Amino acid sequence: MIPAKLAELLDTLAPFDDPSERASILVDYANRFQEVPPAVATRPFPEDHKVPACESEAYVWAVDRPDGTLKLHFAVESPSGVSAKALATILDRTLSGLPPEDIAQVTPDIVERVFRQNISMGKGLGLMSMVRAVQTLAKRRMPARATRDGAPRSG
Amino acid sequence: MSRIEDRGYAHPDALVSTDWVAAHLADPSVRLIESNEDTLLYTSGHVPGAVHVDWTTDLNDQVRRDYIAREGFEALMSRIGMTPDTIAVLYGDKNNWWACYAFWVFQLFGHTKAKVMDGGRVKWEKERRPLTAEVPAWPATTYGAAERQDPPHRAFREEVLAHVKAKNQLVDVRSPEEFSGQRLHMPDYPNEGALRGGHIPGARSIPWARAINPEDGTFRTAEELRKLYVEDNRLDPAKEVIAYCRIGERSSHTWFALRYLLGFPRVRNYDGSWTEWGNLVNVPIEK
Repeated sequence: MIPAKLAELLDTLAPFDDPSERASILVDYANRFQEVPPAVATRPFPEDHKVPACESEAYVWAVDRPDGTLKLHFAVESPSGVSAKALATILDRTLSGLPPEDIAQVTPDIVERVFRQNISMGKGLGLMSMVRAVQTLAKRRMPARATRDGAPRSG
Repeated sequence: MSRIEDRGYAHPDALVSTDWVAAHLADPSVRLIESNEDTLLYTSGHVPGAVHVDWTTDLNDQVRRDYIAREGFEALMSRIGMTPDTIAVLYGDKNNWWACYAFWVFQLFGHTKAKVMDGGRVKWEKERRPLTAEVPAWPATTYGAAERQDPPHRAFREEVLAHVKAKNQLVDVRSPEEFSGQRLHMPDYPNEGALRGGHIPGARSIPWARAINPEDGTFRTAEELRKLYVEDNRLDPAKEVIAYCRIGERSSHTWFALRYLLGFPRVRNYDGSWTEWGNLVNVPIEK
């Protein structure tokens, strides 16, 4: 099941069939991208947070919040990583603040619904890999939550 | 990097520097054209005055696996404000793969007033030159094009098969892993459906990227290119060469280097490439 905020965003994007209109919306998201704060990670970013197969050199973190939800953070190192920044902003805005169980349900097929015609050959796999990386981090939290001691963790 | 005119190219006028482009931003006889793999890049910012040409929607036929016909090319050129005398300067991401691909399609229609910006979009960005999100509104033109002429520039599968049987020169510009059959697609790219891995028999493996300087994406000098293609890989400039990759984009880059920078007179791009050959029934394949 797709979390409500993400479903709402997908519904908002759905009517935009014109690739240039959709591109403008996505670039707007990319322009609002906020990089992972230094309190969570600083350069050089650790390799185990790097998104595999993403040529934009994207990194992802999921930080536990006291209320049991997660806050997602991203870094995109490639100056041409517009699509990765757009997706990172969308994932952060629609999934941060949700429990890991909800985030873990988001699957890579949302990439096609977000980007539609604006997905490029090489980018598609990298973007889907970003979603998979978020999913993996959320899943890792799920068993941890059963035994967690309440201490803030990031992964 | 040395000046383009000092690199010994056969046709140095086919390549322009970022300095040249910066000096011609307001030149009405020049149309800057950005062509990318990442379709969001142009919208996010482009060289001031540049128009966008998308390889899938603008250059490819939307039904058949083929290129646009004369009417489509005329409509495209009209939309981007081109006349037959306008100089097209192409650039883009991925070290100009799609810029060279568009350049190649332009040649199918005989638009010879075309150049590639050396180093492409990444060099322009690295030099911190201006980018704008403003889409220019060039007045539409009336462009009369000739019918598409494939034979000088484009090879089809039957011609490639005959080329193989005659033991003529083939260049496989894909990665070594794709050439060996270890991969069916380039690293980090989707498998676009080739059922068999390997290469066309007799092809020499000369990955496209060996033609550029990795630090800024500019083309190597003619001397360096000659060493790569002629000395190290024994390509005879006097004989025909067919280049291929996966769908013809990387091989457009090599086609450009061989034909315009080294001056090989007969070079064709097999755009069917591995996504066609790797699926054909009963054609020879080597691993």
